[in-house]
Amino acid sequence: MSIGVAITGMGIISSIGNSVEENYNALLNSQVGITTIENIVTVHADVIKVGEIKKTNQELMDELGLGKDNNFSRTAMLGTIAAKQAVKDAGITSINEYKTGLISATSVGGMDMTERYYHEYFENPDIVKYISSHNAGDNTDKIAKELGLEGFVTTISTACSSAANAIMLGARMIKSGKLDRVIVGGTDAMSKFTINGFKTLMILSDGYNKPFDDNRKGLNLGEAAAFLVLESEELIKKENKKVLARVSGYANANDAFHQTASSENGDGAFLAMEKAFKAAQLKPEQIDYVNVHGTATPNNDLSEGRAMIRLFGENKVPDFSSTKPFTGHTLAAAAAIEAVYSVLAIQNNAVFPNLNFETPMAEFNLVPQTTLKHKKIEHVLSNSFGFGGNCSTLIFSKSE
Amino acid sequence: MNKIYINGLGCISTQKTFDTLFLEESAVNEVDTILSIHQPVYKEFISPVASRRMAKGVKNGIVASTLALREAQLETVDAIITGTGMGCIEDSEKFLKAILDNNEEFLTPTSFIQSTHNTVGGQIALGLQCKAYNLTYVNGSISFESALFDAKMMMEENDASSVLVGGIDETADYTMSLFRLAGFIKNENQGLDSFLKSTTKGVVFGEGATFFVVEKEKKATSIAAVLDVEILNALEIDKIENKIGSFLASNNLKFIDIDAVVLGYNGDMDSDAYYKILSEVTFANTPQVYYKHLSGEYDTASAFGLWVGTKIIQTQSIPDIVKINTIDKETYKTILLYNQRNGIDHSFTLISSC
Repeated sequence: MSIGVAITGMGIISSIGNSVEENYNALLNSQVGITTIENIVTVHADVIKVGEIKKTNQELMDELGLGKDNNFSRTAMLGTIAAKQAVKDAGITSINEYKTGLISATSVGGMDMTERYYHEYFENPDIVKYISSHNAGDNTDKIAKELGLEGFVTTISTACSSAANAIMLGARMIKSGKLDRVIVGGTDAMSKFTINGFKTLMILSDGYNKPFDDNRKGLNLGEAAAFLVLESEELIKKENKKVLARVSGYANANDAFHQTASSENGDGAFLAMEKAFKAAQLKPEQIDYVNVHGTATPNNDLSEGRAMIRLFGENKVPDFSSTKPFTGHTLAAAAAIEAVYSVLAIQNNAVFPNLNFETPMAEFNLVPQTTLKHKKIEHVLSNSFGFGGNCSTLIFSKSE
Repeated sequence: MNKIYINGLGCISTQKTFDTLFLEESAVNEVDTILSIHQPVYKEFISPVASRRMAKGVKNGIVASTLALREAQLETVDAIITGTGMGCIEDSEKFLKAILDNNEEFLTPTSFIQSTHNTVGGQIALGLQCKAYNLTYVNGSISFESALFDAKMMMEENDASSVLVGGIDETADYTMSLFRLAGFIKNENQGLDSFLKSTTKGVVFGEGATFFVVEKEKKATSIAAVLDVEILNALEIDKIENKIGSFLASNNLKFIDIDAVVLGYNGDMDSDAYYKILSEVTFANTPQVYYKHLSGEYDTASAFGLWVGTKIIQTQSIPDIVKINTIDKETYKTILLYNQRNGIDHSFTLISSC
């Protein structure tokens, strides 16, 4: 087994909590964050349910102490909150003291402000400041500035697998010695743009999402941000840092099948998982828990399920669950919040429940873990897939 | 640090940069403030049926990547890594406008499907049936350099021997009108004479798709080598020279070893201040090159800059149209590229002859 890259801090804000502790408690107590939408005016308000963070933009601005003339998108504010938590959790006080990077992920960037003010820009000079906030990179630049970080900063956007790739890049940069420590994760705010996009694709559920259920009807959208701090072995030793868990495996592959749909046999997913095992030098039977992508769309769960059966073997798939019934699908942030949940699973020896599951799918014999289960957890595999055929797998391991 | 080799180029830009040698048919547009690409004949690369559904950025990306693969004589690669600042804004704009104008009704998914930043990377993978590593970087002016950096790192990790790396951005009408409103685009094109001595804010905007095939192994057809890429988020203006000095030193080079410096001058007085000190002091006796007066400014315009740098090495000459000063060198062995915008997202790229 490869030693993996040390995780020394975590931060998260999602519809089930504003901190790692709150998220953990919600997962333990089946407190779901899926509700009726409040912060966005949409004609679909009555027919969709979402994983919305119940804070207004003004409340987020106040929390961050942003002045009246700030031009933060909601995406940037959520990201800043989570990134600051992670940095604090890792006990970092002087951010540029070592070679420190920031790798974020987003799919919408500042779309929330663009869609709000699109036609108003020409009438109202006060909002023109938001035009530059649309750019995905602007959101990350803002997080970097709030952290006071001047070094390597970049952003990844591979739709719903984005944050997995940010974590992967960060781990690679630590391993290769290009950085001493790096803050990795993703952030995406709710937007009318994505609500309507997924609606036209007819993959939004009108109820609560039911991953891996035969009667699943689609996903609930969510919003969230989460970041992890990764540090080099040298720095861990030098600063006597506590290691929460390790990123031991990672891989990215492309399904090369369709712009938005996954191939029926999950070729991309299979390849990503296979490559991640190779990187981690682990065998499939060593995985104790799989945090599946499990969006509860007919296409994803079938494709991912088949890929898991191909990889682990018939009747050999380990305990698995999707945590999206709690949070909704938080797009570019999904792999980041699920990385936090994977670390929590390892730290607390807990498999979080796949809520809302009733009926096994007709196509295969796969039943997710539907109740909270405590058992020894050494290795967790987390999948994330996105438009453009992007398939990414991360493996997290207990630190010896 | 291991070298990687540039073995194929494909450039769709506002200039005639395919079916030409090196900018011999180029001209500076001194009229418009938003420049459009010089269109290739798409049907030679993409079936008309597929082409109809594609936004121009996707089409240009496919054409440029095809040209690069052809030159490198490769059918497929071990990774496809793209950079884009604004992504597929034509489709984003189309979908958003439909949402707002029709009160979220009567929508069709096509433009949403193609609006994600990674559409170009995904479509290239689909076309090549390439199931390998596929990633898209979206961080303003260093979007392309992030892709190049990743490609180089993959080769150092022995995870790839050939990678397709590209930068793509497209213009779209409403977004451009917003950029103009926000002052990012100049009210009028002030012509070439004032470009390097600009006293106004804003830029002349452009678009383009520039792809490179980079490989671990040197081949008979290798055009140039990438020695190093460094990315920095923030840097104060008075620290630029020191930073470049230490970047060169980490590659065992001194200022004097640089045979040409390619600078990202864009005609915005604040951005250009970062290059001035290099032009006037650090590299005063070095051939200096600029290119955004040809390509226009956009988040991945620096990919066009790398194309210019690579062509200088390939042809061992600097076309007059990109010269800042009149200094010539007999040989162009090592070239430094520096780009940033408004003091954020700095990149330093070092290339050399093979």
